[in-house]
Amino acid sequence: MTEARRALLALEDGTHFFGVACGAEGEADGELCFNTSLSGYQEILSDPSYAGQIVTMTMPHIGNYGVNGADMESRGVFARGFVVREMCRRPSSWRSEQSVPDFLAKQGVVGIEGVDTRRLTRHLRERGAMRAVISTLDLDPASLSAKAAASPGLVGRDLVREVAVPEAYVWGSEDPTGCLPIDTGVLPVEARHHVVAFDSGIKFNILRRLSDAGCSVTVVPPTTSADEILAMSADGVFLANGPGDPSAVGYLHGTLGELLGKVPVFGICLGHQMLSLALGAKTYKLKYGHRGGNHPVMNLLTRRVEISSQNHGFCVDFASIGELDPPNAGGVAHDPADLEAWVTSGAVPVVISPRFGRVQLTHVNLNDMTVEGIRCLDVPAFSVQYHPEAAPGPHDSRYLFSAFMALMDGSTDYLSGSRAGG
Amino acid sequence: MPRRDDIKTILVIGSGPIIIGQACEFDYSGAQACKVLREDGYRVVLVNSNPATIMTDPEFADRTYVEPVTPEFVEKVIARERPDALLPTLGGQTGLNCAVALAESGVLDRYGVEMIGATLEVIRKGEDRRLFAEAMARIGLEVPRGAYAYKVADAEAIASDMGFPLVIRPSFTMGGAGGGIVYNIDELREQVSHGVALSPVSEVLVEESVIGWKEYEMEVMRDVNDNAVIVCSIENVDAMGVHTGDSITVAPAQTLTDREYQTMRDASLAILREIGVTTGGSNVQFAVNPLDGRMVVIEMNPRVSRSSALASKATGFPIAKIAAKLAVGYTLDEISNDITKVTPACFEPSIDYTVVKVPRWAFEKFKGTDTTLTTRMKSVGEAMAIGRTFPEALGKAFRSLENGRRGLGADGHDTFDELKFDRGLTVPNENRMFYIADALWRGRSVEEVAGLTRIDPWFLDHVKSIVEVEGMVRTVSLEEMDEGLMRKAKQHGLSDPQLGYLTGTDEVRVRARRLDLGVKATFKSVDTCAGEFLATTPYYYKTYEEEDEVAPATRPRVMILGAGPNRIGQGIEFDYCCVHASYALHDAGFETVMVNCNPETVSTDYDTSDRLYFEPLTFEDVMDIVDAEKPVGVLVTFGGQTPLKLARALENAGVPILGTKPEAIDLAEDRERFAEVLDRLGIAYPAAGTARSASEAVEVAARIGYPLLVRPSYVLGGRGMVIAYNEEYMLKHVADAVVVSPDHPVLLDRFLEGAIEVDVDAVCDGVDVYIGGVMEHIEEAGIHSGDSACCIPHFTLGDATVEEIRGYTRRIAMEIGCHGLINIQFAVKDATVYVLEVNPRASRTVPFVSKATGVPLAKVAARVMAGELLADLALPDERRDLGRFCVKEAVMPFGRFPGADSVLGPEMKSTGEVMGSAADFPAAYAKSQLAIDYSLPHEGTAFVSVCDGDKRALVGVARHLNQLGFRLLSTRGTAKALRAAGIPVTEVLKVHEGRPNIVDAMTNDEVQIVINTPFGRETRSDGYQIRAAAIRHGITNITTMEAAQAAVQAIEAIKEMRLDVSALQDYPQWVPPAPVRRSPLLEGEASA
Repeated sequence: MTEARRALLALEDGTHFFGVACGAEGEADGELCFNTSLSGYQEILSDPSYAGQIVTMTMPHIGNYGVNGADMESRGVFARGFVVREMCRRPSSWRSEQSVPDFLAKQGVVGIEGVDTRRLTRHLRERGAMRAVISTLDLDPASLSAKAAASPGLVGRDLVREVAVPEAYVWGSEDPTGCLPIDTGVLPVEARHHVVAFDSGIKFNILRRLSDAGCSVTVVPPTTSADEILAMSADGVFLANGPGDPSAVGYLHGTLGELLGKVPVFGICLGHQMLSLALGAKTYKLKYGHRGGNHPVMNLLTRRVEISSQNHGFCVDFASIGELDPPNAGGVAHDPADLEAWVTSGAVPVVISPRFGRVQLTHVNLNDMTVEGIRCLDVPAFSVQYHPEAAPGPHDSRYLFSAFMALMDGSTDYLSGSRAGG
Repeated sequence: MPRRDDIKTILVIGSGPIIIGQACEFDYSGAQACKVLREDGYRVVLVNSNPATIMTDPEFADRTYVEPVTPEFVEKVIARERPDALLPTLGGQTGLNCAVALAESGVLDRYGVEMIGATLEVIRKGEDRRLFAEAMARIGLEVPRGAYAYKVADAEAIASDMGFPLVIRPSFTMGGAGGGIVYNIDELREQVSHGVALSPVSEVLVEESVIGWKEYEMEVMRDVNDNAVIVCSIENVDAMGVHTGDSITVAPAQTLTDREYQTMRDASLAILREIGVTTGGSNVQFAVNPLDGRMVVIEMNPRVSRSSALASKATGFPIAKIAAKLAVGYTLDEISNDITKVTPACFEPSIDYTVVKVPRWAFEKFKGTDTTLTTRMKSVGEAMAIGRTFPEALGKAFRSLENGRRGLGADGHDTFDELKFDRGLTVPNENRMFYIADALWRGRSVEEVAGLTRIDPWFLDHVKSIVEVEGMVRTVSLEEMDEGLMRKAKQHGLSDPQLGYLTGTDEVRVRARRLDLGVKATFKSVDTCAGEFLATTPYYYKTYEEEDEVAPATRPRVMILGAGPNRIGQGIEFDYCCVHASYALHDAGFETVMVNCNPETVSTDYDTSDRLYFEPLTFEDVMDIVDAEKPVGVLVTFGGQTPLKLARALENAGVPILGTKPEAIDLAEDRERFAEVLDRLGIAYPAAGTARSASEAVEVAARIGYPLLVRPSYVLGGRGMVIAYNEEYMLKHVADAVVVSPDHPVLLDRFLEGAIEVDVDAVCDGVDVYIGGVMEHIEEAGIHSGDSACCIPHFTLGDATVEEIRGYTRRIAMEIGCHGLINIQFAVKDATVYVLEVNPRASRTVPFVSKATGVPLAKVAARVMAGELLADLALPDERRDLGRFCVKEAVMPFGRFPGADSVLGPEMKSTGEVMGSAADFPAAYAKSQLAIDYSLPHEGTAFVSVCDGDKRALVGVARHLNQLGFRLLSTRGTAKALRAAGIPVTEVLKVHEGRPNIVDAMTNDEVQIVINTPFGRETRSDGYQIRAAAIRHGITNITTMEAAQAAVQAIEAIKEMRLDVSALQDYPQWVPPAPVRRSPLLEGEASA
């Protein structure tokens, strides 16, 4: 066995874990979170939404099948650090191109293995998300914890600018990232719709799914103005996932406010938060977030449950959008903030956004009864908090891409379609 | 969608006796289902012929029919109970086949019974490979290429088209029975003719071989709203070619990228939708080509299965319970997750540990059979282990097997066939993982071993990491071992005894050193969600990490040590006893702590006991739990030999043993000391002696004379036991016996030929003895009690003899200081009652006695052991008239082991049991035979050929058969005896006398019943060939005269149509009273 390099993970509250380095040498700080997906560590590492975060995998064996070019979700790794119980150094898969430790080292990402990740997960669950530092250089717990406490964290931070592309590009037309041959998925021979997607840290699989649904996609920087977008004669605008605190990305929901009502809009994750903020909602930070591939989400319109891919630390407060509109909610008058009551009663709440009219709650997380999706009834827009593009995770929610097509086609009942089986 | 109110009564069909391929997982599933349906207010009617199941406890259903799981008997139950619905998916293949037969014959329609959980169409599409392949084609999924054959010529044509190797799969057989891989035309011909014979529709699929591909299973659930979830993915360590029941498996899947995993998930859900499984659980199997990822669907089972039980235990997601709720109309989102209480069952469990299942084989019981592992399942049980990592779980699983090994090698017990070492790697066999570990230890590369075994290098690399750690340990002394190395060794799954072996010390010193170094076990929870939500259900596994999660106790704890993996001699009966002990002690006010490693069982259901530890039953693992739980008492006498073997060591370590003390157990086991006890009591026993060497054995034999019963001490199931008629045979087996149990001497008893054997189960509280049941055996003494049929009450013995037996039982129990259950075996010969064996512990017959008498003896015993008195338990009179005869019959697995002889003897070979009950003995016996699918023919030809000693007894049997209209066929000697008695008989040639002979007649379907008792100890003779032919052609085959007599009476009962059904609830059942006095163990100790 090779000589192991020691590494230390220290949390802002003084909790620390010694382990063995399994990535780049160095020191990295970030907000520590955990992901309960059993597979898909490569997609997680390369998901730009993890910018500013240190990711812990609860699955004990990580790296088993290595990494490969086709499964990249962006041009690189944006997570700050990686924490695992047991890192595989000799991957086994016909698709493997390199091992995770080599990949992390090449990407400059600090990793630590040999950690009691369950203890860490339970700690975060009980105490909430917190800042942490991984180091292969400073192995003094007190010193490292102090560094963690002094690190910037996520709240109020705009990390979108750090991960977004600086120039617009057309998906599939050229190498957008300048670093690798990427798997573009199936491109439409003749696109039915042209979609402009804001890159706030967009995952490649969203682009693959939009293409697969029949869209040509132009990816634009998040700072692109509403006028520029409208000049591109798009059939629809897509708002992507992305890192950091949604309330710090004011420019994006500001732009969105100018677009709503003029062009159909679909948002995922951060994009959902952008839509909600544009509608006047407030967002709040979850205690320890949703990250995994097994959360049940109910579509209130069909009453069916999707097993969803999740990655978010912030959440939308549905009731903060505006007053309840009982006539549109089947005459039921539950508190719009009590999502469990709505799920149980079978009625679907509608609130009134002062600026954009009626907003319907469409999806709810059954684990903790938080908002997972909304749609506007008076302007063509809808969004979900979770990840219908999967990668990693189940494909139960792929129908949302068809729903977006239907919305662009002018349908009003676009969310009641059947769930595609993958 | 809420529960269906249009259904009031639901019929649940169980799986019948434990057989290979269908074990106690269906008791676990069925018990869960019955419980949840009753809680929901449905009236549950249950049919299951297996009395050793928890599900047939009378409180689990409103009406419990311990009757044959056959269409005829289930129809009788339907006629009587008029259920609205039938739930067919919980009783394994047996239950499913029975339900299909009832549907196809119109019985369900006639009585207006709706099949819920799976419709006839779904079952057909899932089970019929042709319909299944068509369905897969419709949804764009690949299956292995193949074609159907109905005779050998068809198969030959297919083979010439596709080439070898090929897989032969008979349609509609269980556990892959009759299937196999063929590499040449000879094997093809043999396998196809065998498969066609076994298939109820005389059809086999000849299929493209995907041997060597990666194998996966997905456990899927779907509800009426089309919500569907994957509960668990399972990856087989052994590549395709080994039946999944014979494969080492791992959960969750380890070597699939998310893209591939999701493709498999999509396929699984699409399959459920296409096949039309609208509610419930299914299992879908896939093969993946490791070179290019090509995925093919192997099969799907639209019902709960062995894998679903494993998946439930591996994840904490109770598949059967939820399947039952879905079947009555609930949707997944309406059902809450029992473990977290706050999240719904509509989710996919995430797990943050690694689960390994290792099969347990019993080839040592079936000498002469092929031990290669193929697509036909041969294992009799399995152990599951949970560790944080694969190496840790693998090591724990290998020390859970109860086969004398202390882990995956490195324990001083490794033996390899050096001349055929690579064969140990290339040909799948029960020791292959040991060969792999050793090959890697010898420095062979992972790549080379992967090439030879077709096992994914990821698994092999981890085995290599284990042997590397072993290597590090070998280079140091125990004193030199530091905290880091000790922790690393434990995290790699090495046991204390392995470390003792590697450091030249022993387990005790390793433990002391380990604790000195601060390397303490930690316990973590199985919580379904990888720690994301708070879980309150205390379901734990041991690992070596930083944090321990054991919840503080609320009440004094009692720990129950389970029975480990099923094997022949130790099966569901002991799990039943453990579960009863747990229920009784929970009710008596204790917090119960269950320890077991068998994923098939009810005992390892998280809601059976207050706390569950899924752990190996070794001293090390049990002591670590004792240190964590600090129980006021530990029960070692319910789980068979497994916990009993630990009793002394635990007591020496200061662990409080409840009930009968190890000293008393030893006294009963120690022949010489126990003989003194019997002498003192004036009770007869067969002349006996103990030998520690061959020369001692010869001396003893000279003193007591032949025939002799030769057996090792401290064994269960008669392992290594034989009857010797001469010295040569005796000496051969004395040598064998020493291998069986090296630390203990060999016991030699005078064998009482022709004696009637009697079993007694009783409970002693130190002042009084309650006799639960006196069982008269049907086969004479000398057949292992686990293999012989027996009856409650006695049917030929005189009442005076039975009274004598009762008296002896009381005196022996009191004299040896028994406190709890005791089982005594007697033999009655020439009006003398001899004691054959005393076991002061739960016996295999406790469940049968409990079902037959309505008094659950294990519950009684558990309460007594915790301090209550028999006098306070309001037990019914032991001598009361039960109003019926109950017969227990053993189920033999010979069909699975071609080549092994099917003659019964003192070594137990059965896998399970059934019960038949009726107002008279012949009818009860008939039901017990029908319940095993030992069809008792009404008419036709009976072949009779018996040894000289049996010829006199045969005359009566033959006359009776003749009167019943049977034509008699016999070999020369027996025919002569029959003709002399004036019975018409046709002669047939013996096998060695030429052709056509008896085996030809059997092959030509000209014989319906065979009565053939063995002539001494012949293995490859006529008798052997006749018995083998009977098994091959499914002909009823009787090898003892007693069974022949009972069978003929039973045939008469069937012909007279005297077989009716009755429910346990029709008979009085003991209702446990509230404790009169509090157990002293509940006082004193305040909650910790």
